[in-house]
Amino acid sequence: MTRLSWFNVTSLTLGFAFLYLPMVILIIYSFNASQLVTVWAGFSTRWYGELLQNEAFLDAAWVTIKVAVLSSTIATVLGTMAAYVLVRAGRFLGRTLFSGMIYAPLVMPEVITGLSLLLLFIGIGLDRGVLTIVLAHTTFSMCYVSVVVSSRLMSFDRSLEEAALDLGCSGFDAFRLVTLPIIAPAVISGWLLAFTLSLDDLVIASFAAGPSATTLPIKIFSAVRLGVSPEINALSTIMIGIVTVGVISASLISKHRTLRQRQEEQAAARAA
Amino acid sequence: MQRVILIAIPYAWLLALFLIPFVIVFKISLSDIALAIPPYTPTLDDGVGPFFRALDFENFAFLMSDDLYWKAYLSSLRIAVISTLLTLLVGYPVAYAMARAPEEWRATLMMLVILPFWTSFLIRVYAWMGILSQEGFLNQFLLWTGVIGEPLTILNTTTAVYIGIVYTYVPFMILPIYAALDRLDGSLIEAAEDLGCSRLQAFWLVTVPLSKNGIIAGSFLVFIPALGEFVIPSLLGGSGTLMIGKVLWEEFFNNRDWPVASAVAVILLLLLIVPIILFQRNQQRQAEAEG
Amino acid sequence: MAETVFAPWDDPAEKPLIRFRNVTKQFGSFTAIDDLTLDIFEREFFALLGPSGCGKTTMMRMLAGFETISGGTIELAGQDIAAVPPNKRAVNMMFQSYALFPHLSVYDNIAFGLRRDRKSRGEIDARVAEMLKLTRLEKFARRKPHQISGGQRQRVALARSLAKAPKLLLLDEPLGALDAKLRQATQFELMDIQEKTGTTFVIVTHDQEEAMTVASRVAVMDEGRLMQVATPERIYEAPESVYVADFIGDVNILTGTAQASGEAQFRVIWDGEQTPLVAASSREFHDGQACHLAVRPEKVSISAERPEAAENAVQGKVLDIAYLGNLSTYHVELPGGQIIKAQTANTRRISRRSFTWEDPVWVSWSATAGVLLAE
Repeated sequence: MTRLSWFNVTSLTLGFAFLYLPMVILIIYSFNASQLVTVWAGFSTRWYGELLQNEAFLDAAWVTIKVAVLSSTIATVLGTMAAYVLVRAGRFLGRTLFSGMIYAPLVMPEVITGLSLLLLFIGIGLDRGVLTIVLAHTTFSMCYVSVVVSSRLMSFDRSLEEAALDLGCSGFDAFRLVTLPIIAPAVISGWLLAFTLSLDDLVIASFAAGPSATTLPIKIFSAVRLGVSPEINALSTIMIGIVTVGVISASLISKHRTLRQRQEEQAAARAA
Repeated sequence: MQRVILIAIPYAWLLALFLIPFVIVFKISLSDIALAIPPYTPTLDDGVGPFFRALDFENFAFLMSDDLYWKAYLSSLRIAVISTLLTLLVGYPVAYAMARAPEEWRATLMMLVILPFWTSFLIRVYAWMGILSQEGFLNQFLLWTGVIGEPLTILNTTTAVYIGIVYTYVPFMILPIYAALDRLDGSLIEAAEDLGCSRLQAFWLVTVPLSKNGIIAGSFLVFIPALGEFVIPSLLGGSGTLMIGKVLWEEFFNNRDWPVASAVAVILLLLLIVPIILFQRNQQRQAEAEG
Repeated sequence: MAETVFAPWDDPAEKPLIRFRNVTKQFGSFTAIDDLTLDIFEREFFALLGPSGCGKTTMMRMLAGFETISGGTIELAGQDIAAVPPNKRAVNMMFQSYALFPHLSVYDNIAFGLRRDRKSRGEIDARVAEMLKLTRLEKFARRKPHQISGGQRQRVALARSLAKAPKLLLLDEPLGALDAKLRQATQFELMDIQEKTGTTFVIVTHDQEEAMTVASRVAVMDEGRLMQVATPERIYEAPESVYVADFIGDVNILTGTAQASGEAQFRVIWDGEQTPLVAASSREFHDGQACHLAVRPEKVSISAERPEAAENAVQGKVLDIAYLGNLSTYHVELPGGQIIKAQTANTRRISRRSFTWEDPVWVSWSATAGVLLAE
């Protein structure tokens, strides 16, 4: 089954064209000299230049990155704890409620999550700004982190932790010295996921943000509601570029690592 | 002691920032709108007794009586169902072809499906605005090929919303189906052919039933977020596209009617509970079957 | 021999059911099957035996229609089947993994092929019932494959592939997934079912004991070629090459040069110090030709004194003793360093072992005990 039938080739081609053509068109037209977004008037980086002059966008980008770094870091700590509790802590009072609260945000419509958080912030009189966005993002992204980490925790051999305890580690040391290094890749991908979720989020941020802090998605959304603009195309291209480079290099690193591990295993097998 | 702290911290966080906000939403959905800050009544400042006495189901009664909301719920359901089917139609052949592709391609194909996940949702929806508009690329292309004589109106219609949902959620459909097909033992197809099936029969009688769990999982993963979708209908849909997420947003931000917005949220949640429970059960069954 | 009652391969008038003619199969630059010619007859239980990668599975898959042929022809009942797709061939296959449809019950698995033939409900019911009875699965008809044991699954797979009454049934390592005890019982069951249904069976296996037990003829394969095709007895007692002798069972191979010493009798000059060996052979060797004498350990006797009548006897000392319960194998080291294995049957329960490590002993065998091979 090494050769694909024409049917399969067609589905792959059409499928991936569907997934990627819109982004390709967007990228091409971000280099369009014309103000009119659908008429090609020659190559230009004019819109990138204008984008860099646009203070409002730059401010929003800065806020977005701050929020993303903060919220994804807190979410990773909390999510890893939650995953450990789910997989390892056994039974405790309210465990069902706990796991319900972990899984519910994954399927909750963003409008509801956003609305409920906003009502809470107003209820307790918290001023809306960077802090409230961080709190909101941490809450939903910790659930994603905990799902990623707990699936790794479930697949790993519990006897490793038991061996550490047997050799005299305290519970926390066993976690720090044995569990954490092993689940580290899952924790890192959890952080990356939380980071991109935060960068990406429009709806929840719209509810949680106040006049003092605006994130990039909120800015983009209010701009594109008025229609397509070449400046937004340029901004999108930059964002797509960063993500693409990030994802591809991450996958190359992990591929390289598995390859090296396999080579080392083979070398060890030969030496034996 | 360590264990208690370990459990308490995430537990407390989720209680404070997930569960309590819901209780508040539920409470406000039973309140009345008021010209005050916050813009509803009663609040706990009124005292406990009057507070509970003042709560009622008026907002829900209002939602029942005003057919705008009915229509929005029904149209959300219809759009979610139809776009889930369309996503399946687009996603299944891709997942199938991926599972049939040579081993060494598969990691790359997987990455190509996952990559859009990481790029901004908003940007991906926005990209379609330039394609579907009156003078957009699709119309330009169709006019150029001569298929149509004058530009089609696609942007700001429900069709554009379907395209948007299929486009943004198709990876959610592809991945679970691919996982199911990838696990499928190739000798089962050969056995079916050996026993007299044509290719197509083997597909219907063996491949489809055995990828059922992937289809179900993928469908829920598309249906659930599509039902409460806000960004896609507000950017690609027109005034004629009623979706409940958009109604909630407008009720809250434009009309500033918090009690009604909360009631809309409560009903949306009720609508979602059934598919979410079904989804959870399907996942559990699958886990057991594998375990 | 008694079993020649059924020996269609010796009858020139008999038409073979399957005929491979100069069949070649290439995967890229790798030749899986190399110019192979073979006839298989109706009602045969034919075994393809060989190490993994020898091409036996490819042969089977070509018969089933899952692999195309690069060169040559395969005929089934006189018809070239190259162009017939798998679903149109009167050939069914029992897969190594069983390939039972996990979403269908035992009954529906067995009925699967019958339904494709658009048979009536009554007919299907009757045939499935018959198959369930044949494989003793009546009680499990409603169960799903994951609700029955490995042995039962194996029988479902057999019943399913037999249900359409194929001209030819292919079995790919059918007993590979069963444990040793169950495998033995199932071997006899397979033979029994083959006899009852009168279907031609072609079995692929890497387990020589299994091939010897069930098959009417065995084909030993290596690197895409047939090394020998013969009855189990002939494969074992009269191998045609060192490869076959060595592949099947345990064997002592002594290498030397041949010298004619009478009618169908040769002397083998081997280790310079030793007296030449005597071996009967119908195969001709010219003087000085390199040859190998293959002697099975159970045909070698071991004794403290040199046996008077022995045609071949050499002295050595006991190096190792493997006690296998029913048998004991002595590894005897000769002065030249060669090791000869001699096997004795442990017929008495309580007896002192006659020899122990380092004992000087004689190993001996008759002129007809070994087979003289050129390669």
